[in-house]
Amino acid sequence: MLSLLLILIAAAFFSGIIVRTKSIASGRKGPGVFQPIKDVIRLFKKGAVYSETTSIIFRIAPTIYFASVVMAILVIPFDESKGIISFKGDFIFFAYVLALGKFFNIIAAMDTGSSFEGMGASREALFSMFAEPAFFILMGSLALLTGHTSFQEIFYSLHVGSYISYAITTLATFVLIMITMIENSRMPIDDPKTHLELTMVHEVMILDNSGFDLGLILTTGYLKFAMYGALIVNLFIGMVPYQYSIPMFFIIQFIIAVVVGLIESFMARFRMGHNAQYIFALTSVSLLIFFGVLLVLEKFV
Amino acid sequence: MNYITLFNQQTVPVASIPEINYFEFLELNTGFIRGHKERHCVNYFGCIENEKVKLYCCIADDLTHEIFVSSSIVKTSSIYASFTSRCLCFEKFEREIHENFGIKYNDHPWLKPVRYAHNRSDKNKTIANYPFYSIDSEELHEVGVGPIHAGIIEPGHFRFLCNGEQILHLEIQLGFQHRGIESLFLEKKKINQRATLAENIAGDTVIGHTSAFSYLWESLCGFNTTNDIAFARTLALEIERIAIHTGDLSAVCTDIAYQLGSSVFGRLRTPVINFFQEWCGNRLSKSLVRPGCNLFPFTPTLAIRLTDILNAFEPDFTEMVTELFKLPSALSRFERTGVVSQEDVLSLGTVGPSARMNALNRDIRLSHPFGLWKNIKHDPIIKHHGDVYSRVQIRKEEVIQSIQYIRTLIENIPECTTYENVLEKPKPDSFVISLIEGWRGEICHCAITDSLGELKMYKIKDPSFHNWLALALAVRNNEISDFPICNKSFNLSYCGHDL
Repeated sequence: MLSLLLILIAAAFFSGIIVRTKSIASGRKGPGVFQPIKDVIRLFKKGAVYSETTSIIFRIAPTIYFASVVMAILVIPFDESKGIISFKGDFIFFAYVLALGKFFNIIAAMDTGSSFEGMGASREALFSMFAEPAFFILMGSLALLTGHTSFQEIFYSLHVGSYISYAITTLATFVLIMITMIENSRMPIDDPKTHLELTMVHEVMILDNSGFDLGLILTTGYLKFAMYGALIVNLFIGMVPYQYSIPMFFIIQFIIAVVVGLIESFMARFRMGHNAQYIFALTSVSLLIFFGVLLVLEKFV
Repeated sequence: MNYITLFNQQTVPVASIPEINYFEFLELNTGFIRGHKERHCVNYFGCIENEKVKLYCCIADDLTHEIFVSSSIVKTSSIYASFTSRCLCFEKFEREIHENFGIKYNDHPWLKPVRYAHNRSDKNKTIANYPFYSIDSEELHEVGVGPIHAGIIEPGHFRFLCNGEQILHLEIQLGFQHRGIESLFLEKKKINQRATLAENIAGDTVIGHTSAFSYLWESLCGFNTTNDIAFARTLALEIERIAIHTGDLSAVCTDIAYQLGSSVFGRLRTPVINFFQEWCGNRLSKSLVRPGCNLFPFTPTLAIRLTDILNAFEPDFTEMVTELFKLPSALSRFERTGVVSQEDVLSLGTVGPSARMNALNRDIRLSHPFGLWKNIKHDPIIKHHGDVYSRVQIRKEEVIQSIQYIRTLIENIPECTTYENVLEKPKPDSFVISLIEGWRGEICHCAITDSLGELKMYKIKDPSFHNWLALALAVRNNEISDFPICNKSFNLSYCGHDL
């Protein structure tokens, strides 16, 4: 319950902080931190326009996408409190409920019949596919290390261990931040600010969405960012009392947002062809974690 | 002699241009080009004469500073052999002649409409039924972009044939904003009207086009361009080059999502453009260049201001380009992207930076000097890879070079002598060709007058006219997501092409 509340609060300012960081880095004043939320509220007041070529899929997809992310948030624990849903193997549920939302997003993009959206959908599907093994090897290794299979138990018992667990946590943070960037279509994989359809990944898939639906998709994006942020926070706080862990949650979320903003300010996007390579390289980092765990458990000679 | 040799901005009687039969004409002009990499076609156009069409072909030789002009009379009803099947660089020109006069070619490989001129011969051909090159493959797919540009700049339609993410073929369809500038030049009789038209050929090359028109008109009127006029034009042309090249660097950075470069170059461009506001009261440098007069003389006070602006500009610019060219993520986007091979550059006859990007030394400032360039030794910036990196580097180095030229120029400012138009009437029955090296490349204006000294034909050729095809070839086998950066690295004009 606590994690849901915290994620909702973080989602409200996360995107605003990224935009603000970018504005400051380029010497501009920039919009306020809550501007993204104001935009979403404006969109929620509007109706949606649907193209004649689209079917029911296109209409239900934004809702399913939103629902999938909310469901995924429900399994995220925080400190000692479990997520609203918590069971053995809930990280598998987490990954596939998100995949369900993404699946609907992709077929909705195909539904519009636009050649741009088809291209965006194929890119998004490819990148998610390559990011999946990295996530499962990472979570699998952590499960192996701790001997538990639910998020809450894994994170809770992660910090009892030795120094090696800190090394593993550092690598895991890197992998999770990169997965966050990929899943949220941020730099260096995708440029969220571009106006050129040919280079877009996520933006091009939602070109046909408008009004309320667009608002829903944007909200989902903010929630998703905060959700991954919360996952990363969980790697750092084990059994810290709430009076420390709650401020730490916001500080870490803030740092992640600033880092994302800085990356987006000071480097160029990858060439599309290099993205797949780059994402797949994450899997090898995850494998490093896996072998690290095997070393710790002395199962690896 | 079956051709006449001219120099840049030299007026000659039309009668002195030899008229030869079409076959001889074809042999002569394709013979000029083939095997001579220093020669290219600057203009090839038709002009109606007694219900027949008189074709004029102008070939420029970069080494001897000469322009070879020849002409031939053809009938609109007959079918002719095309220049294009022998030399690709005549492709666009022949398509234009075909579109305007209905002259048929039996072996032209790509006889499609160019710009849907209002006075085209076949009104059944409309922009809605443009004959696109298409495929019936199950594996390949077509992507159509435009005519509304994603950045809402200018209209143009791009049709890609792709194999997944890879571009196999790109066809560029233009002509959406044809305004009929060439016929407006004949309709509007006042010199200020014509100068304003010249300013509006392409909004980003105001100085370039207006200078080309002004030099042409002065030559036609027998006016010897005074030193102060030439000085102002030369200076303005270089300032325009700095401003637009810097803006292009900013746009290239935007396309690779490099925010720092995008905002810094954007900021640097503005004071340079704004200098025109101080000089002539218009940021876009309109009304600065006029034939036969120097409305806004360059004063020593302006020179001090310009020096200040350049002193502030140069260190920031140098720092930012150094930063950009050592950023690995940016280099990986620039290098080996959008390569145009040297054979293609030669056969297309590209001009300006699009020629210099692949070892082709083609710069009007050197090859056909105009204004002050007759006395300055210009050393063009040449790159050798033909990719986005080469084009971006040319921009960077030309900006620095232009700053040097400006600093040298403003050391001695000539006294202003010509405040008012002191032009006589244009000479009757004359032909003149005027070439200018704008920031985008060679701008060519041609004029022919009738027996009363009125304009009979005014022909404009923007560098984009040649160079669009180079872009179409550059993106082949590249990723479709690299198209925007290739496009930006050429930064060609839609309206300059459409006229």
